[in-house]
Amino acid sequence: MTAPLTFRGSAAASAPHLAQGSPAARPAPVGAHVAIKGLSHSYRRHDGKVLDGIDLEIRAGEIVALLGRSGCGKSTLLHMLSGLSHPSAGEVVINGKTVREPSPRWVMMFQAPSLFPWMTVAQNAALGLRFTRRTKEIATRIPEILDLVDLGAFADRNAQDLSGGQQQRVALARSLAPRPELLLLDEPFSALDAFTRRNLQKDVRDIARDLGLTLILVTHDVAEAVRMSDRVIVLEANPGRVSCDTPITLDEAERDGGSDAFQGEHARLMKLYARAADDAPRS
Amino acid sequence: MSLAEPSAAPSAGSAGRSRPRSLPRLGHARGIANAALGIAALMALWWLGGWGIAHDPDLSAFADFAPAPTLTSLVQMVESGDAARMAGPSLQRVGLGLLFATLVGVPVGIVIGRMPRVHEICNVPFQFLRMISPLSWMPIAVMAFATWNGAIVFLIAMAAVWPILFSTAGGVRRIDPAWLKVARNLGARPVAMLLTVILPAVAVDILQGIRLALGVAWVVLVPAEYLGVTSGLGYAINDARDTLDYARLGATVVIIGVIGFGLDAAVGQLVKKFNWVRSSAH
Ligand SMILES: Nc1ncnc2c1ncn2[C@@H]1O[C@H](COP(=O)(O)OP(=O)(O)O)[C@@H](O)[C@H]1O
Ligand SMILES: [Mg+2]
Repeated sequence: MTAPLTFRGSAAASAPHLAQGSPAARPAPVGAHVAIKGLSHSYRRHDGKVLDGIDLEIRAGEIVALLGRSGCGKSTLLHMLSGLSHPSAGEVVINGKTVREPSPRWVMMFQAPSLFPWMTVAQNAALGLRFTRRTKEIATRIPEILDLVDLGAFADRNAQDLSGGQQQRVALARSLAPRPELLLLDEPFSALDAFTRRNLQKDVRDIARDLGLTLILVTHDVAEAVRMSDRVIVLEANPGRVSCDTPITLDEAERDGGSDAFQGEHARLMKLYARAADDAPRS
Repeated sequence: MSLAEPSAAPSAGSAGRSRPRSLPRLGHARGIANAALGIAALMALWWLGGWGIAHDPDLSAFADFAPAPTLTSLVQMVESGDAARMAGPSLQRVGLGLLFATLVGVPVGIVIGRMPRVHEICNVPFQFLRMISPLSWMPIAVMAFATWNGAIVFLIAMAAVWPILFSTAGGVRRIDPAWLKVARNLGARPVAMLLTVILPAVAVDILQGIRLALGVAWVVLVPAEYLGVTSGLGYAINDARDTLDYARLGATVVIIGVIGFGLDAAVGQLVKKFNWVRSSAH
């Protein structure tokens, strides 16, 4: 049961595994530029608009948190971004092209890892490459990506033999293997214990920064938004609208949570979050 | 009571697979003992029945049904190759019938499982057809097929298709929608979705359907072979009755039971092999 879950508490030891393989060895990592234009959505079986006139621009390589209380339309917005569903009005434009369908270039990670239980860890991680007929890359890419998420030793284990946190790491590897430009996270750590969650939050941020990925994270956890993102967009509910859009200016060492700077940002965001939640008309 | 052997203990933490070994081993011995007990009870009943028949003046002509003459005849039939000669055509018919049933049942089951609309349309007609004894198709089968062999295969397929179809459809309906979403998200096209997600996810349900179908097919086989054909286990039973060779008749019944049991156990092993569900008991 004891997994080699290395705790990287100090900033000095920040993700040593990420350093291996010089940046020059990789193809130049470019995160996607995302533009959300006049996006509105209503569901057939839901009165009123869930999202109403969202306009946002997210720069390449930016790490953005969408923060809002449950039911304000965060998952809906993320599904539109991933191409898994289509907005009633408006559009999502990634690198100048309107999103019309899912693609391994913009991958979504969900709250549940949803690994295929009849496959090994490596087979699960390779799904994106298999589906896009890049099977030649599997032999080199999968060991590399499993090392990146600290699961190199688990490649041949059945996915069901892993702990919740490890399974979510496999899901992360599965999302990263096809080298996406944009990673969409829908409260991916909320089912994990606090310790595992902290580790993954840090690792995902480090990995995204290292690869230059654009990362859009949906959460209702203020601390998670502060810890992980460069910019927080607070959403209000009924209908879902942007309430405010604010940068997080903490350096990496301050993001662990103990610092005064972190506490200050947390308190500031908490006020913005509460205001957005209160302002929204009750349904 | 410690079930784990000392040698297994150190690796129990890291390798999940070596851990459960010691438990089933104990269960295994008990299982074999109980199975032996069951067989002994069956033999005792058989012997008692044979004794009763032999001592009843009205029935004493059938005394060869008793264990001793039957088993003697059975050994002869196995040694002479008669048993294999009888079973061969029967196995072939059941195999073909199951093959056709699978080729129809699995795709139709997947379509029904994926499309609630189709399920609603097909449910009543299929439940209705399912309840018709396959043997009642006999006159139609005889007319439709040029050979008796073809008719028998058709009857077996008619009997076998329903369990496979319903089991497949049920399995497809139970697929976690999140798996399909994950696959779509990673760029899976419909064919890849079918081969990589749907079929592996329902492999166990398909095999369990085949296992049920095999049971039904094996039961339908014998009466179907009473008619027309001059080979197979059903024919052998009819033939033994006509020649008043009751020991041979009894031996054929035993052969039918043993083969049926073996086939079911074999598919049971396949089910185990393809079952990806981890039972928490282990
Ligand atoms: N498929 C659907 N059909 C109808 N209503 C839905 C559907 N999905 C979500 N909703 C509604 O839309 C609103 C926003 O949902 P969601 O995007 O899941 O919010 P969040 O992720 O912020 O919790 C909720 O009120 C929810 O009930
Ligand atoms: Mg949600």
